[in-house]
Amino acid sequence: MKKLVVILLLAVTGYYLGDSFMDLGKNGPVVETGVKDFYLEKTVSELKVANTITSIIVNFRGFDTLGEVTVLFLAATALGGILYKKRHHVGERSVLFPSSPIVRAGSKLLFPAIVLLGVYVFVHGHLSPGGGFQGGTIVATGFLLMLLAYDNFSVSHNVLSFIESFAGIFFVLFGFAGMWMGGTFLENFLPVGTMNDLFSGGIIPIVYILVGFKVAAELTGLIYTVLNEKET
Amino acid sequence: MFEILRYGIYGGSISLILIGLYAALTKRSLIKIIIGLSIVNGGIHLLLITIGYVKNGTAPIFSPGFENAAERMVDPVPQALVLTAIVIGFAVTAVALSLIIRLYRHHHTLEIDEIKNLKW
Repeated sequence: MKKLVVILLLAVTGYYLGDSFMDLGKNGPVVETGVKDFYLEKTVSELKVANTITSIIVNFRGFDTLGEVTVLFLAATALGGILYKKRHHVGERSVLFPSSPIVRAGSKLLFPAIVLLGVYVFVHGHLSPGGGFQGGTIVATGFLLMLLAYDNFSVSHNVLSFIESFAGIFFVLFGFAGMWMGGTFLENFLPVGTMNDLFSGGIIPIVYILVGFKVAAELTGLIYTVLNEKET
Repeated sequence: MFEILRYGIYGGSISLILIGLYAALTKRSLIKIIIGLSIVNGGIHLLLITIGYVKNGTAPIFSPGFENAAERMVDPVPQALVLTAIVIGFAVTAVALSLIIRLYRHHHTLEIDEIKNLKW
């Protein structure tokens, strides 16, 4: 009975969603004029950045990215607070069965390569697909692999929170530096260089590298907190 | 060809949203509700990306020698928006799962029917 009501409601919702979206884009693009051309034009002419999405996220909408990073930081903090335990209640990590030597050797072999790939992705965020969030997540998966393979592998929460706060403070400082150089908050005050160079785009690569470090530290801390959670 | 693709992607993302809503509304286990909400999340991301598509468009990334290809690129604004939304969705899922861990520690069950405090 209840399922029937739910299915009926969802059918109505689905009909209206389909009715409003199915005809979109039938005759050319959905948005004919708008901010798209502005962004695509300014990315090449002013910022000399290859990846338009990076230029939107870090430069045109840099303040939103600061808020997004804050949300991620708040989520990591809230997770630590919700799963808080007193120090003497923290035991060994719960493992169902120890991992085999093949898994251990393989993950030790793969770990540097995964971290290197993550660092590559966030250093080249302004040239190729990817960026700080994606690269940071890749680095965190490397740490997840090590944490799953070795039950005595541990990361220091102090180091993680140091990296996290360092990156966050420098993000805000770069924003204020833009103000100090006579512009607005997060103004691109460094020379932009030539297109498709590693050192191009002004503050965009620097901010994205900081975001990469911050995301990697936050996700690693989050995984570590959840893995150390034991059934009581 | 483009017609079939368009209907397929719009229909697929809308049905993902509906499947997720169905799971969130009818399932009794907290984990399954979170899975349903994550499916809704994915469907909305796909829908937003699809709105920004331009026929025969390429990714909005300039390569050497193609600096004037801006007319043939898809809309970068929804993609930037979805990149933000993915991160926020991840944060929301992480906090929800940690709340579930706390509930399980307290009630020793994940079925919402058996958690009396959730009833009004």
